[in-house]
Amino acid sequence: MKKYIALLLAAVMVLGLFAGCGSNDAAGNDEGGKNTAVKIGFIFLHDENSTYDKNFIDAANAAKEALGLSDDQVIFKTNIGESNDCYEAAADLADRGCNIVFADSFGHEPFIAKAAKEYPEVQFCHATGTTAHTAGLPNLHNAFANIYEGRYLAGIAAGMKLNEMIEAGEFTAEEAKIGYVGAFTYAEVISGYTSFFLGARSVCPSATMEVQFTGSWYDETAEKEAANTLIQRGCKLISQHADSMGAPTACETAGVPNVSYNGSTVAACPNTFIVSSRINWAPYFEYIVNCVASGEEIAADWCGGTAEGSVVLSDINEQAAAAGTAEAVEAAAAKLASGELKVFDTATFTVNGETPTSFMADVDTDDAYTPDTEAIFDGYFHESEMRAAPYFTLMIDGITTLNEK
Amino acid sequence: MSKKETTVREPYFHIVKRTSIPWWKAWTIRILAVVAALVVSGLITVLLTGEDPFKVYGTMIGGSFGTPRRIWGMAQNLAMLLCVSLAVTPAFKMKFWNIGAEGQVLIGALATTACMIKLGDSLPTPVLFAVMIVSSIICAGIWAMIPAYCRAKWNTNETLFTLMMNYIAIQLVSYFSYEWSVPKGSGQIGVINSASQAGWMPAILGKPYLANILIVAVLTVLMYIYLNYSKQGYEIQIVGESENTARYIGLNIKKVIIRTMLLSGALCGIAGLLLVSGTDHTLTRNLAGGRGFTAIMVAWLAKFNPFYMILTSFLIVFLQKGATEISTIFALNNSFSDIITGIIIFFIIGSEFFVNYSIKFRENAKEDAK
Repeated sequence: MKKYIALLLAAVMVLGLFAGCGSNDAAGNDEGGKNTAVKIGFIFLHDENSTYDKNFIDAANAAKEALGLSDDQVIFKTNIGESNDCYEAAADLADRGCNIVFADSFGHEPFIAKAAKEYPEVQFCHATGTTAHTAGLPNLHNAFANIYEGRYLAGIAAGMKLNEMIEAGEFTAEEAKIGYVGAFTYAEVISGYTSFFLGARSVCPSATMEVQFTGSWYDETAEKEAANTLIQRGCKLISQHADSMGAPTACETAGVPNVSYNGSTVAACPNTFIVSSRINWAPYFEYIVNCVASGEEIAADWCGGTAEGSVVLSDINEQAAAAGTAEAVEAAAAKLASGELKVFDTATFTVNGETPTSFMADVDTDDAYTPDTEAIFDGYFHESEMRAAPYFTLMIDGITTLNEK
Repeated sequence: MSKKETTVREPYFHIVKRTSIPWWKAWTIRILAVVAALVVSGLITVLLTGEDPFKVYGTMIGGSFGTPRRIWGMAQNLAMLLCVSLAVTPAFKMKFWNIGAEGQVLIGALATTACMIKLGDSLPTPVLFAVMIVSSIICAGIWAMIPAYCRAKWNTNETLFTLMMNYIAIQLVSYFSYEWSVPKGSGQIGVINSASQAGWMPAILGKPYLANILIVAVLTVLMYIYLNYSKQGYEIQIVGESENTARYIGLNIKKVIIRTMLLSGALCGIAGLLLVSGTDHTLTRNLAGGRGFTAIMVAWLAKFNPFYMILTSFLIVFLQKGATEISTIFALNNSFSDIITGIIIFFIIGSEFFVNYSIKFRENAKEDAK
């Protein structure tokens, strides 16, 4: 018996020894194809379980395919926190020979900037950030999209649904209250829920909205609880700006219609999902790869719109959406594209009962949040025009925030 | 009666507690456990991904030693884990179950962050550092002393108490992350004093992490001396072995408990200081990164010997880095690295069973009976 054990142990040890001497890193061999000089590293806050990150991961894969990049040219790092881990990940990607490093979460920005200072020859691109246009770092870039237009269109679908339910006698026009689960009391969220609400009110004039914040970009329990609170308070339709499936699944359980974000949730919520707006990041990824491949400068602050295919709506779920939704959304999209319709047209909303005529936005971010740029002129609020990341922070009438986070 | 006894079948094997084990035998068992763990985790990687196992192990080594940056990163991580392990050691040696190191580190970090944000612009660097050091040590020390005081005074359960204190610390950090967030409302502190670098641990010889590593190295030696050659260290050992003995020889047990936890907390405070000032330059609720719990394992595995702890913390950091590397290179979800680390740590802890107990097979037992 002992002999067998000894033999077995010896075999295991030998195997272990060999294993220890294995070859080093898989060398990054480029195998022909286009853009062979480009190697791009992605830093994601979470993984596919987060609707927010899944949207980025899907886009990265789509861009990889469209550009014909090989597996060796693309590196994913998932579950990288908004901490020094992000800097370490970015520096590691640069060490691996990436000439583009992309990070997907707002909180990654200061750490990406730290890495950008250290690796001037590598291009660092960051979604939703605010500082690249003033940082003075030629290799640091921000990007965002006119998602408020997508939100507005999704809002129209929501308004249509409210109208349908009012007509069906489920509740009166005055009771048409929307619930919104937001992450933080932060410009990106405020801009998002306001444009959504304006879209809804453009078709359902009696609509009001209540917003509940969770204080986290990803907290499934808190998002579910917030949605349930809103439903209990009499909200007839829920939308959200937070990244988990918390709110959509709460809606499905309660049978309350839901307008989603970051991508379709129809698979999990077949009875309540109406439509989802999202940013399609593939055009941006293709843009930065092409820039680096051809030696062109990447814009410090890039903002995609419907024309580039950056702002998209998911397929409308006919089972839950009101009749004629697709047509109404299409008509509004055409008006937005032609410039005939402005989402933040000051004629359509009031602040404290008055039509706003001036708003100094904090476009050039500094520690003191000094408002520096006039955003209201020519009769509308110029969102994402002076800087890609949103800066609309007006609290308009008709929307009640239940808490602040 | 006696007939029945003789017909009872002996089990195929049974487990016997070892009275003693030669050091080489103990270490052979431990090394075998590591090897077996590597084989099993290699097998799982191959089964799940179809990759060449040799390449997988090579990748693991590359994760820690592949580039100078990774070596520094590993050394820095080792130093931080070791620092927290040193911090929990006196308490655990006293058999005081301090599982609140995570929170104590966060409180030290929070104090450091407060100094850097509020005083960074107004104080000259040496004064700022003095304030940072004193405040992080005092805050974390008091944080650790609260459960110790309650245990000494009212015999509360320190395991639950210290665990609960973690959640309070985490929520405090969340609260201040929001209060001090840049830009306002984003919930993120960002890089503190990124322009002025006030309160940043200076780079030694151009190496940003070297200061941290040297400080922890000094702490390791000091802790070894404290535990093995000081009167207080001896008192800790006595209280740990038997409180009744300690009482019998006239030790003030309450005093020893409070004093030791104060020391534990103070060291955690230093770990928090080093993390904020030396490496991360920010504060997040994940700053301690589970080190407060991993450190307990490091300390136990090393039998509370600070020099062995260098080895055990190296092992754990190496595994974590290697596992992360595997998930990056082979495009796996980051959770995969946690699976691998879990398997390996399971084997290592399991090996302690075989160090403490031996398995007797039936034929051996028969020989014993003769």
